[in-house]
Amino acid sequence: MLLSNDHGRLLSPLGSKITLGLLLSIAVLVPLLNLAVPPGSVFHVPTYLVSLLGKYLCFALLALSVDLIWGYCGILSLGHGAFFALGGYAMGMHLMRQIGDRGVYGNPDLPDFMVFLNWKELPWYWYGFESFPFALLMVILVPGLLALVFGWLAFRSRVTGVYLSIITQAMTFALLLAFFRNDMGFGGNNGLTDFKELLGFNLQADGTRAGLFAASAVMLALAYLLCRWIVCSKVGRVLVAIRDAESRVRFLGYRVEFYKLFVFVLSAMLAGLAGALYVPQVGIINPSEFSPANSIEIVIWVAVGGRGYLHGAILGALLVNYAKTYLTGAAPEIWLFFLGGLFVAVTVFLPKGIIGSLPGLQGRLQSVLLRFGLPGRTAG
Amino acid sequence: MPALSKLFRLRAFAVLIVLLIPSAASAELAQDLQALTEKSNATKVAAVESLAAGGHERAVPILQAFLAGRLFQVKEDDRMVVAEDSAGGYRIFDAMTGEALGEVGKRKLRKVRINNRLRQAVKAALGALTLGSSDPAARIQAADAVFRSAQSDMLGPLEAALARESDLKVASRLARALAATELATSDDKATRLAAIEALAAFVDQEVRAIVSGLLIIDGEGRPAEPDSDLRAAAAETLKTIESKLAFNGFIENIFQGISLGSVLLLAAIGLAITFGVMGVINMAHGEMVMIGAYTTFVVQEVFRASFPGAFDYSLLVAIPAAFLVTGLVGIGIERGVIRFLYGRPLETLLATWGLSLILQQVVRSIFGPTNREVGNPAWMSGAWEVAGGLTLTYNRLWIILFALLVFALLMALIRFSGYGLQMRAVTQNRPMASSMGIRTGWVDAMTFGLGSGIAGMAGVALSQIDNVSPNLGQGYIIDSFMVVVFGGVGNLWGTLVGAFSLGLVNKFLEPYAGAVLGKILVLVVIILFIQKRPRGLFALRGRAVEN
Amino acid sequence: MSEALSQVPERETVEPSQQPPAKPLRAAADTILYVDGVSVSFDGFKALNNLSLYVVSGELRAIIGPNGAGKTTMMDVITGKTRPDSGEVFFNGSIDLTKLDEAAIANLGIGRKFQKPTVFESQSVFDNLELALKGDRGVFAGLFARPNKAQLERIEAVLERIVLKDFRDALAGNLSHGQKQWLEIGMLLMQDPELLLVDEPAAGMTDAETEKTAVMLQEIAQSHSVVVVEHDMEFIRALDCHVTVLHEGSVLAEGSLDSLQSNRDVIEVYLGR
Repeated sequence: MLLSNDHGRLLSPLGSKITLGLLLSIAVLVPLLNLAVPPGSVFHVPTYLVSLLGKYLCFALLALSVDLIWGYCGILSLGHGAFFALGGYAMGMHLMRQIGDRGVYGNPDLPDFMVFLNWKELPWYWYGFESFPFALLMVILVPGLLALVFGWLAFRSRVTGVYLSIITQAMTFALLLAFFRNDMGFGGNNGLTDFKELLGFNLQADGTRAGLFAASAVMLALAYLLCRWIVCSKVGRVLVAIRDAESRVRFLGYRVEFYKLFVFVLSAMLAGLAGALYVPQVGIINPSEFSPANSIEIVIWVAVGGRGYLHGAILGALLVNYAKTYLTGAAPEIWLFFLGGLFVAVTVFLPKGIIGSLPGLQGRLQSVLLRFGLPGRTAG
Repeated sequence: MPALSKLFRLRAFAVLIVLLIPSAASAELAQDLQALTEKSNATKVAAVESLAAGGHERAVPILQAFLAGRLFQVKEDDRMVVAEDSAGGYRIFDAMTGEALGEVGKRKLRKVRINNRLRQAVKAALGALTLGSSDPAARIQAADAVFRSAQSDMLGPLEAALARESDLKVASRLARALAATELATSDDKATRLAAIEALAAFVDQEVRAIVSGLLIIDGEGRPAEPDSDLRAAAAETLKTIESKLAFNGFIENIFQGISLGSVLLLAAIGLAITFGVMGVINMAHGEMVMIGAYTTFVVQEVFRASFPGAFDYSLLVAIPAAFLVTGLVGIGIERGVIRFLYGRPLETLLATWGLSLILQQVVRSIFGPTNREVGNPAWMSGAWEVAGGLTLTYNRLWIILFALLVFALLMALIRFSGYGLQMRAVTQNRPMASSMGIRTGWVDAMTFGLGSGIAGMAGVALSQIDNVSPNLGQGYIIDSFMVVVFGGVGNLWGTLVGAFSLGLVNKFLEPYAGAVLGKILVLVVIILFIQKRPRGLFALRGRAVEN
Repeated sequence: MSEALSQVPERETVEPSQQPPAKPLRAAADTILYVDGVSVSFDGFKALNNLSLYVVSGELRAIIGPNGAGKTTMMDVITGKTRPDSGEVFFNGSIDLTKLDEAAIANLGIGRKFQKPTVFESQSVFDNLELALKGDRGVFAGLFARPNKAQLERIEAVLERIVLKDFRDALAGNLSHGQKQWLEIGMLLMQDPELLLVDEPAAGMTDAETEKTAVMLQEIAQSHSVVVVEHDMEFIRALDCHVTVLHEGSVLAEGSLDSLQSNRDVIEVYLGR
């Protein structure tokens, strides 16, 4: 069974303590090793690695958001990349406004691509993005609002299962096409890039990178706590109940669509935050983030780590992305075989993912230990 | 000038008759040929006209060579030759006889120079000459050339050719050229009025441009055509042409929409039956289409290498080959992966996505990432000219027919065969079918194979209108999903209606919203549509569907 | 459906209004469920055909009928899962159920047990009951909800009643078929509805379990109105209550089980084919 029968605790306290501990310690340790340790030392963490790890943490946050809806509520979204990208674009727009007159064309009012397209004034939807708090609000509101409208339409008419997956895919595909258009005012094909600074800090500086990394780690830890609080509350149990027997939940008097909408919107907001943290660290956001393939890839991170386990999603995102970095560097043509194989292997052989398969391993280990007369820790 | 043209008209009239009796004017030919080398442009033009009027059988190749800059004079003996590039310089042929004279160095020849004014004259002359060609296609080409040049000299030859023409199609083109030429060159108002009215019968952009040209008003408010009666007639004709063009555009839109719909139908129908029977969305379905297209490529390569003469039949082999190859891949996928995921549709979706990545990469490794050239057989190239300027391309026509045929065969298979009965039983109530002794595993495998096989045949069709690359399937898969979502599951008529509606809506939105925005609109409309019909247009109702 | 067959019940149907306990006045104070002239068809197949049925407050009513008689569809209509093509369904005299969805109807106080036992398999027995516990069903209330002492006691009491006290922390998915049925009845009790609709509670149970279930339902009926759909005649007999026979989407006969067993129409429907 997926969950422990320790009622009221859908996550083992130990697992979450380890996860939180690890996250907070790397939030301190990695920037420290980057900034305080001299480059010659074996303990020095180079800046490129800080950014890479920061990127992984953003992906982990994204995976967490997908796990919340898929692992706990059974909603398989194949369009979560869209929320991530929207959050990223919102942050990208703020960063574009921060460039000011330092662009190639030196126009203080318009980003370079608008000057290039011969636009005369800033479109209305770019207003306000020069303010960081406003941009941050949009990072959460825009994906949340899209999720609210889309989710309300879908859940109200009880679109479920593969149907829902397919229309979420259609949603991100439509956005992909839209953002490719120059006249949308989001930089078209090239997206938004050439960022200079965030809150006055130079984005290329080591200190800023380390700061962004720490922010990502802390954000991930906070999101983890939030998700954990939700899934451990009665709402979490209702969500799992919806996943297992939706109509039964309805006949108990719960408004399934509200629960789904709540968790879907929350998940979209988390994905938006992940995108907003991602963009300043990689320095670009373009329409390819909307591609359906990206969104499906997120799902496999969750599946590898173990869906229905919040720390599983984080673990899966880190592992698969490390493999991606390694393989696309070492043998690019192998990567797609590997990724494709991963999809098949995990669904067929490891449906519970790594974390979900641990209790079985632990049980086996325990029996081995007992045979040798050693005490084993009870599985929880 | 009028006198000269009248004279020429008479002579040109003679040409057409004289053409039938060649060699009568060999001496004149030689003279005209030499005249082409003179310095004076007027002499040269006269020589060109004389050549055309002389009607010698060598006149056409000589003029063509002249036009192409391949007419030379041998420096040594002033002999006129036609030259072709060769390794050592030029391979030369006697201009008078066409006899091969071997190869010479480039320095031994002097080029016969041509300028723009001469080119015009040569083109007109060639037009007149080929109006008498025995090949209808050449005559049409000549008529169109005359139409474009609209030289008064051609009126005579045109009238003569029109009088003799028995082919309706050619006659219509001649009449079009005649009307355009009369309109452009005649001084007689009545003739020109008649010409304008006659042009109303020809519905194409070129005629439209000519007629609307009369109505242009320049910067100082002077109309291009001073005569107001003519302008009124032109406006009338323009109206007729434009309404006919609009009608043709409408029909062509429908045709394009139906042809896109047919492609979607072929791509989606396999998806619909696997979804209907097994409740499984095959994300690798697009790759089956892609593999079908590559099978066509391989079959054509074999034909090119081994039976080049039978290339036109290559598609007839490619269709069953693609069906078999993709069908077997499909059965392999079902037996190898999907059957272990029974009852977990979301996981199946992910696993098949993984397979699609692998298949794409396999094809990329074997055939390379770039587009592969797949040829159209002769019977699929070209277009069918229906009437009044309306043309429908053969490849799209064939695809529509093919899609409908596949649909009909599939319907028959499902309705009348034993397998079809079992398939319907499993679709409606799997546990019950299973308990009645139907081997559901076998039905699943066959259905998956059948669905994939149809996708493979869709690939054959797509290879005729789209680029064959490893990403081919990805371009159609989301639209296919939309067809299934829109049409509903468990009823192939839903897929048919869904595919054609999507095809038509896409094509009709394109002119107004652009291709991309049109597509976005369609996606949004479908997302809204399933509000009203969460299970599609033709959904099954009742208890069996609920769980 | 052939014409001839569908004629049979119409010819000799005993009018429900002539039956003692049914009162066709929906305003009547003690009519908890009023179903009148309800028809539902699926692609031409008439699942319910002008069905009329009245249940009095506090009544225990059994509904029987052969396969395809429309029993489950009737439950679907009452609980808002299926919208009727025509006809009226009223609860407690004035509440029109055809306008409401499942959740709203459940919150009005109509509980339903499915034909196939449906419990939340990956959660414990205790969690299943807690989820069914009467209370605020809103999302934000759910975030902060903790069962209070009285509610915990209620859960324990129901655990006792459905004899699953020893399985309190077991995963519901690991229960036996009969235990799942009881758990589902327990969940109904937690909802504390005015009207319980119970679909084939004894299906797949051993004789001993069936007996226990009948006792359980009789106990429940003392404080609730209950409608039980069943196939098992022994079980119906054990319930000892008023019985309605459905056939081809409408009421064929009503009365005590003994009177029905001598009714020629009922015999024809059950044995004649």
